[in-house]
Amino acid sequence: MKYTQPLFESIGSAVLLAYRAFASLPTAPRIIKRVVEQAYLGGYSTIPIVAILSFFIGAVLALQSGISLQNFGAKQLIGTLVGETLVRELGPVMVAILLAGRVGSATTAELASMKVYQEVDALVTMNIPPERFLVLPRLMAVLLYMPIITMIGIVIGWFGGAIVCQYVAFIDVDAEQYFTNLTQFMTMRKVFDGLIKAEIFGFVVMLIACNTGLRTRGGPREIGFAVTRSVVVSLLSILILDYFITKALA
Amino acid sequence: MKKSCSSQDRSDRSPVGVEVVGLSKNYGTQTVLKNVSLSIKPSEIFVIMGPSGSGKSVLLRHIAGLEAPTGGTVRINGLDPTDPETRDRFAVALVFQAGALFNSLSVYDNLALYPLEHRLCPKPQIRDRVMRALKILSLENAAKKFPSELSGGMKKRVAIARALVMEPQLLLYDEPTSELDPVMSATIIEIIATLKQEFQVTTVVVSHDRDLALTIGDRVAILMKGELRTISTATELRHNTDPDVIDFLNPKIDLKNPRYQKLEVS
Repeated sequence: MKYTQPLFESIGSAVLLAYRAFASLPTAPRIIKRVVEQAYLGGYSTIPIVAILSFFIGAVLALQSGISLQNFGAKQLIGTLVGETLVRELGPVMVAILLAGRVGSATTAELASMKVYQEVDALVTMNIPPERFLVLPRLMAVLLYMPIITMIGIVIGWFGGAIVCQYVAFIDVDAEQYFTNLTQFMTMRKVFDGLIKAEIFGFVVMLIACNTGLRTRGGPREIGFAVTRSVVVSLLSILILDYFITKALA
Repeated sequence: MKKSCSSQDRSDRSPVGVEVVGLSKNYGTQTVLKNVSLSIKPSEIFVIMGPSGSGKSVLLRHIAGLEAPTGGTVRINGLDPTDPETRDRFAVALVFQAGALFNSLSVYDNLALYPLEHRLCPKPQIRDRVMRALKILSLENAAKKFPSELSGGMKKRVAIARALVMEPQLLLYDEPTSELDPVMSATIIEIIATLKQEFQVTTVVVSHDRDLALTIGDRVAILMKGELRTISTATELRHNTDPDVIDFLNPKIDLKNPRYQKLEVS
């Protein structure tokens, strides 16, 4: 009971927050500027780090699978393995983890400090719902940019794998053969499944970040605690949800 | 009530009255307000004074609709201030103790936020409204600055200007003169009195400042340990016989008090 009550309170308030935010969807035209701003801060600015991370994940995947598959004489399947792993699993999960660490933590810190320093109260007295002003633009932005940055990450990861295949001597699979194998078994359905995962992860991470920030009470010390809580809960949620979404999409 | 864009149609935005009946507030086991009842008349300056921790700011937050009472009721012209419909109907502005300015927005954007978000009028008119408020508070040169670039006194004045842009029918101040030097305190007191005189806005001020209360308060309430001790005019308050009220209003510094002797290094 000691742990379950706060857990259910958090889930309940997150659901309520999402409901209140989307209830103000009819006012979306007036928040377009803030949606674009959030998409820039959360999405566009994240692309370089997503690119670096994805490139090396693709490269390591190719390297590891190259070592294993050459024992079975199946090196030509590296492309398929790297392609599918990135599209269906590692691409969405790694980008979501990155989002939680980079954008989620910043969002929680910003909203928590706004709460602690009464800026959220100021919005309420102005009859500007924080759900509309602070939460909805972030949720809309993450739904827009998450599939895009995930797709960018996946493609760069594929290239990372291709470069390893081409230039690591013991693998010796040329890039053309790698991409032929990769595309041979790749279907739109698999890409779509990966992007659905990314979309859900992104939404959940942003909702947790906003909810944790707006529920912060106390002083500056609590802002730090809120950020830690937000990142930990987001990471756990991503991995738990990943299992269930994968099962549902299988 | 339709929100106005210019102050010219203020006639349909008459000042409001506040009724607090049997208000109690508990945070867990801690009781902060005990059965507080008071009535604030339209267009008056009502000052709530009391020692630190007496529940003044909590009372103000209830009037602003930021807190729900544990017991009792708060009504603005008969309506519940926590209801967004009430906030939509009556413009209630709260000047926070630390300003609560939006740090990511410039001073101009802080002021323009309310009319822009509520789409009260076209942008050129919003600009006029914002610039007028800045001029009243002598802040014309601060429009492009960010809150982090402002002094404490300027932040307070920007917070008042932001409230003014709302053309409030009820204007609430939380410790408007705290952390300010005497000159700036006097300026803020003058501003509060002028705004009330100019716009006939109902004003509630929470303060420790005796000079503020006795100079501009039409009526003054004293709150101690969550209980309302007295509500009276400034003149009546000077002749109050309650020893706690007398001690609060006329604190004596006695350096021969045994309490201070203990601090001496032998």
